[in-house]
Amino acid sequence: MEQGGMRMVDVYIDEKFIGTVDSAKDFVKSVKAERRAGKLPYAVNISYDPDFNEVVINTITGRARRPLIVVENGEPRLKEEHLKKLRANELTWDGLVKEGVIEYLDAGEEEEAFIALNDKYLTKEHTHLEISPIAILGMVTSLVPYANFGQSSRLNRGSKTQKQSLGMYASNFLLRVDTDVSILHYPQMPIVKSFVHDVTNYEKHPSGHNVTIAVMALDGYNMEDAIILNKGSVERGLARSSYYRPYVVEELRYQGGLVDEIAVPDKEVKGYKSEEDYRYLEDDGIVYPGAKLLEHEVVIGKTSPPRFLGELEEFSIAANMRRESSLTVKQGEHGTVDLVVITENEEGNKLIQVRLRDQRNPEIGDKFASRHGQKGVIGRIIPQSDMPFSSSGIAPDLIFSPHSLPSRMTISHLIEVIGGKVGALSGRYIDGSTFAAESEADLRTTLLDMGFRENGTEKMYNGITGEEFTAQIFIGSMYYMKLKHMVANKLHARASGRIQLLTRQPIEGRSKGGGLRLGEMEKDCFVAHGASLLLKERFDSDRTVVHICESCGMLAVFDEMKGKAYCTKCGANIEVASVELSYAFKLLLEELKAIGIYPQLHLKSKY
Amino acid sequence: MAVDEALIKEYKGRLPEPLLKIFKTYADEVGLSKANQKKAIQQVEHKFLASKIHPGEAIGIVTAESFGEPGTQMTLRTFHFAGVAEANITLGLPRLIEIFDARKDISTPIMEIFLKKQPKDERELEKIIASIKEIKFAEVIESITINIAKMQIEVVLNKKRMKDLEITSEALRRGLGVTLKTVDIVDKDDLLVMKPKVKELTLPSLYSIKEKIKEAPVKGIEGIKQVLPVKRNDEVLLISAGTNLKKVLEIDVVDGTRTLSNDIFEIAKVLGIEAARNAIIREVSRVLHDQGLEIDDRHIMFVSDLMTTTGAVKGVTRSGITGEKESVLARASFETPIVHLINASMVGEVDRLNSVVENVLINQPIPLGTGLPGLVTKMKGDEKDEQ
Repeated sequence: MEQGGMRMVDVYIDEKFIGTVDSAKDFVKSVKAERRAGKLPYAVNISYDPDFNEVVINTITGRARRPLIVVENGEPRLKEEHLKKLRANELTWDGLVKEGVIEYLDAGEEEEAFIALNDKYLTKEHTHLEISPIAILGMVTSLVPYANFGQSSRLNRGSKTQKQSLGMYASNFLLRVDTDVSILHYPQMPIVKSFVHDVTNYEKHPSGHNVTIAVMALDGYNMEDAIILNKGSVERGLARSSYYRPYVVEELRYQGGLVDEIAVPDKEVKGYKSEEDYRYLEDDGIVYPGAKLLEHEVVIGKTSPPRFLGELEEFSIAANMRRESSLTVKQGEHGTVDLVVITENEEGNKLIQVRLRDQRNPEIGDKFASRHGQKGVIGRIIPQSDMPFSSSGIAPDLIFSPHSLPSRMTISHLIEVIGGKVGALSGRYIDGSTFAAESEADLRTTLLDMGFRENGTEKMYNGITGEEFTAQIFIGSMYYMKLKHMVANKLHARASGRIQLLTRQPIEGRSKGGGLRLGEMEKDCFVAHGASLLLKERFDSDRTVVHICESCGMLAVFDEMKGKAYCTKCGANIEVASVELSYAFKLLLEELKAIGIYPQLHLKSKY
Repeated sequence: MAVDEALIKEYKGRLPEPLLKIFKTYADEVGLSKANQKKAIQQVEHKFLASKIHPGEAIGIVTAESFGEPGTQMTLRTFHFAGVAEANITLGLPRLIEIFDARKDISTPIMEIFLKKQPKDERELEKIIASIKEIKFAEVIESITINIAKMQIEVVLNKKRMKDLEITSEALRRGLGVTLKTVDIVDKDDLLVMKPKVKELTLPSLYSIKEKIKEAPVKGIEGIKQVLPVKRNDEVLLISAGTNLKKVLEIDVVDGTRTLSNDIFEIAKVLGIEAARNAIIREVSRVLHDQGLEIDDRHIMFVSDLMTTTGAVKGVTRSGITGEKESVLARASFETPIVHLINASMVGEVDRLNSVVENVLINQPIPLGTGLPGLVTKMKGDEKDEQ
């Protein structure tokens, strides 16, 4: 307030104007003091916005706020006595907040706060002190060990990949019917952990495995971020998961009292598949738990009433012209029936939920990641007998490429390997909390004391020839996660199949058995290579032969019965040529006619 | 051993002159025998023919891909500037797009002004800079106010600054007179009084005149906002923000043979279309070089040839060379299809299906590569089968 409190400042509570004050600074200060004294609820936040010259008070729910220690005259309000009381269980967190030792700031109030990261840096100007430096990170991000040794963008990616990892997403998963979920078998608590793991009960729902990792190139199967897995480890259950997919059917009611019927369809029903497809259905038309279903086999048998009432179907006037509308296992999937739920939905319709379970063992192409933004797919699974081994006979579970390290500068990744090695050898957890971890130097000396090389490298041998590798291989233990992107859900290929009605080109999408698009840029590649005929062949999917009237240049009609062509404009007495072109172009010609353009084809023999 | 003149004569026309010349000097140097000379020139011709572009080679697509692929890598590096020294010049992909689109208003017009003679000292350099840099009236005044009572504008001049910039009051008056033809300027001691000659003067119009006066150029070259001396290879040259090639070239001390502008339209206007072609090549290669990318010069030359071949600079856009494609279908498949189709139908345009896009569209072999040559066979007694 440059003009000495003479100016009136507008005050808003939750974006509603409530009045003015003379001195914004004094007002804000007094409100804060009253909040700290416990006279106002601690959820109130107040700030002065000099750009708009207004005081903003916020009390609404849903604001992001974070706790900080209050600092006055360079002295934090949190004193040794508080800590003593806390240890003796005489004081709680809420107590600290009530006493005004700790307060929550929202985005607005944070703007005018000056927060010290550490009590070392505390000065008179500071208004707050960070409870722990790790509080500058979010919850998932603070699960990354030794994060202060990594690059910030990798930290972002590291926390992003953790959210995609398989684990136990809910402890009642056996009773739940969720779409696209997996459960990791035998999950482990990370050896190198941060204190946030303890705070969040991570050991109750871990999401990865501690694997023995060697950093080396091996026959090129781990280039470009790929990883090599030990087949022995895979057979022992490493990164094994179960994939669950629900199949849901509802008995719908239609107009005129017609209803769907969940039952094994009658043989007379229109669209009846084959008896074999219905073989797993029980009398109620639903599969039994434990049935092993393959692609396209029926999960829930269902028939529906005819689409249009009074519809005459192909010369048959049979009364029962119900349609087959059973739910079948999706394209490219299979699994064991895990759970069958028969219930009712909100409208009182019968609702059947069947959950299919599919065990997924790691295979080539499955995605894995460490917690440092180092993600990659399996490039090869090598039998344990062929894996490189150390002089003590240890064959790594996973081989990681050294080329993934220099450009990404994920030093934390390397420190975790050493930490994991120390932890695994001495049978304890290593604290890798960001800014407060066991120091790398300590880890190295411990490693040395245990009779290993302090830099984590070991002499290793070629698993096939038994020859010693010239280089010392960096080997240790670290936490690896299997991510939800698995090839089994993505693999797709097709020869011929369904086409679009309008363009006669293949339909799109894996779930519908669609084609793989050869796009504009791919087309350019063919052109650049001069592969003209190959290009034509690739685009032959919608090839058609059309008849062109040579006198008017428009499409003629070919009467298959008479074996003669005629033109709707020029009559029957004309020359008609048959031309091969893409159906999409024929469609274009007709659309041109629809907007009033007369497209004429002048034909000339190519030969 | 002398060079076999008969042999050279035989290959005249089959091989380009410069190549023959090189062959002559080398053959002479090495001292090839006549038989070996013949063998060697056969090899040269073979290599020459092999390095020529083959009929049906898709040079357009190859050029496009040669720019397109590295272009995808460039987007990530756009944030990096060339360094503090030449702060904030549009580089990377935005600049490349600017050049290929042939934008009239480029975001950072820049000139590199070379001098005929190196300046003796800093004073001389400053003098040259002062003669080039545009100085606005606002820079040489102490204050400017509107006298409401007399409905006039009163200016206090900054005499010291004028002296530093070597602006005499006569020159100032002259400079102001050009932009402000309808304003009477009267000198009153230290005060410069300006009274517009308009009959009914309102306050808002007086205010707008005041703002106009502030922007009036009084010295230097129009459009040159900033001039900085830069030392390059022991030579001092001037880098200017803003361009005015024509006026700069008129200055005596400026070496017009080496002075550059990065405004391609300006170059086309002042120096002609061939210079513009070279400017495109130079600017594109510089952008690519700064990004550490290597694209063959001939690709760049090809694009700039296409952009300038009509005699005016045209961008690779819908309104530029892409819009001038012969085929209706090719134009329609690029941008604004309905417009092209309707316009074509109104004049009854014929698409001869001579190029790539339209043949892809109708699913016929494209007339390139393997689709170019035709094969004709005469079948025994088979005359009537036309298809």
